[in-house]
Amino acid sequence: MECLIGFVGNGFVLTATDTSAARSITVMKSNEDKSRDLNKHIMLLYCGEPGDTVHFAEYIQRNVKLYGIVNGIELTPKAAATFTRRQLANSLRSRKPYAVNLLIAGHDTTKSTPHLYWIDYLGTSVEVPFSAHGYGAYYCLSLLDRYHRPDINLEEAKVLIRKCIDELKTRFIINLSDFKIKITDKDGIREITI
Amino acid sequence: MSALEYNGGAIVAMAGKNCVAIAADKRLGVQLMTVSMDFQKIFQATDKSFIGLPGLATDVQTLSELFRFKTNMYKLREEREIEPRTLAHMVSSTLYERRFSYYFAEPVIAGLDKNNQPFICSMDLIGCINFAKDFVVSGTSSRSLYGMCESLWEPDLEPEDLFETISQSLLNAVDRDCLAGWGAVVHVITPERVITRHLKTRMD
Repeated sequence: MECLIGFVGNGFVLTATDTSAARSITVMKSNEDKSRDLNKHIMLLYCGEPGDTVHFAEYIQRNVKLYGIVNGIELTPKAAATFTRRQLANSLRSRKPYAVNLLIAGHDTTKSTPHLYWIDYLGTSVEVPFSAHGYGAYYCLSLLDRYHRPDINLEEAKVLIRKCIDELKTRFIINLSDFKIKITDKDGIREITI
Repeated sequence: MSALEYNGGAIVAMAGKNCVAIAADKRLGVQLMTVSMDFQKIFQATDKSFIGLPGLATDVQTLSELFRFKTNMYKLREEREIEPRTLAHMVSSTLYERRFSYYFAEPVIAGLDKNNQPFICSMDLIGCINFAKDFVVSGTSSRSLYGMCESLWEPDLEPEDLFETISQSLLNAVDRDCLAGWGAVVHVITPERVITRHLKTRMD
């Protein structure tokens, strides 16, 4: 029932995650941040099996941080996505695979380009201009197909993400209370309100 | 639901006169939902050989990385590039190593050997090789591809005619398959060079 949305704009990646932590039919918490910062410019959004999600996200977060400390150079979004994909692909054929779906949003500081990676629990990683995970994808992908442009600016992006969230509020049977909207660009990661 | 049909995709390879062609669609989906229209399924192994990997996308990516590692190691050890026939046996034994917990991919290999003779083959997910002199198909559209190739292919096609034949075969086969299409890429391998073209297709 969780929902991650993300798309690439002109020099930034904008993401939205729902903030409800549910167990069975009960909402346990309504201000959960389903993302971790891998470094100053890359964030990892996650959804899936509770327990697996935070454990896996923090495992990736610490390893990417460690790489930065050991080598004195930060991983690019592509490198972080490749590493994460491999961890999931190896986990898939283990005794207890992680059931975690991810979006990796990052700004490549070496080339100054924004990137968004869609990764599923099987370890399928693909770079996309826009994408979504969870039931929300069924509603948001068609909207993003229609309205997304690669050169979309921040103001237009806010309108677009608003459209996506409004669509979920009207059509989706579950009431996803609130969304956390984040942006990563050349200045780093920050949360915004729309 | 089969794991081989979870992400969708189609690959075809054809032999011509001193040339071969390999083509794939670009779709990546999760069952009926399309996620990407730019997913790579064909990987270059050497200057004159390619591996096409349709199947479960996670295994497509894992295998492509494994084959890149193995062909690079072969090149360092042997100080020459791997022949397509050898490459096919390498791929086959790599798949058979996982006989009882297999990778969900059915590779297609196409290339020119050291005498510039065409080599094409396909295999199943545990590495049983099917050598062919005319064409090989794989992926979710394999049945419609067989029909198209069977009627369009003829012996000794020149590179440009081979390109037209393989393109029309792929395009018309994937239009009958919900799980494949959304763009296509064609590589024609000739003794001189590799011609890569990206095709526009129906996006519905």
